[in-house]
Amino acid sequence: MSATILMWSVTIAHVLLAVAMVCQAIRFIRGPRAQDRVMAFDAFYVSSMLLLLTFGIRTGTTLYFEAALVISLLGFVSTVALAKFLMRGEVIE
Amino acid sequence: MTHLAELPAWAQLLASFFILVGAFVTLIGAVGLLTLRSFYDRIHVPTLGSTWGAGGILLASIIIFSVLQSRAVLHEVLIAIFLTVTMPVVLMLLGRAALYRDRTEGVETVPPMEAVSGLPEDAPDETDGK
Repeated sequence: MSATILMWSVTIAHVLLAVAMVCQAIRFIRGPRAQDRVMAFDAFYVSSMLLLLTFGIRTGTTLYFEAALVISLLGFVSTVALAKFLMRGEVIE
Repeated sequence: MTHLAELPAWAQLLASFFILVGAFVTLIGAVGLLTLRSFYDRIHVPTLGSTWGAGGILLASIIIFSVLQSRAVLHEVLIAIFLTVTMPVVLMLLGRAALYRDRTEGVETVPPMEAVSGLPEDAPDETDGK
């Protein structure tokens, strides 16, 4: 019984996170200026990381955790580089 | 789904609650990102996904894997610490970049540089550490 509850809540979490990623993708496409797109991208990788974690809960392997860690690391670095580029026009001065 | 059925009921209910809270808070943040009007309103909402959104799902993951393996599985704390440290840095940089771009384009809605620095007119020019 309660195994069914946990399975259904993981499935609902997949759906909710996918809808969240769709919202962020729409903002990424529509966003009137470059900083809106960068911020939508930043929120997008956080949601994709959470989606990978829920996949890891579903399958019971820790392999997805490593992928989520790598995504969070690379997403931080790329967003900082993009924000720096928006401010100064170049990444490394 | 066999490994999830091995969990005791309290762990399953607690994990379900935290997973749903995390996913729902992340969805609220994404809808806010889509519906709020200006950039300076929208810059607040990604923090929903990186605080309780990530926190709920990471707590559920810690509970499930700790109960399954009968030991404290704490490597999810790495992601939580990392998000807590990096998200303010990212949003601060992005906000400053957007403010700089709006000021150089002369957008009327952002405060000008003099009003922010608060220096009197005859004070010597100081670089504000940009």
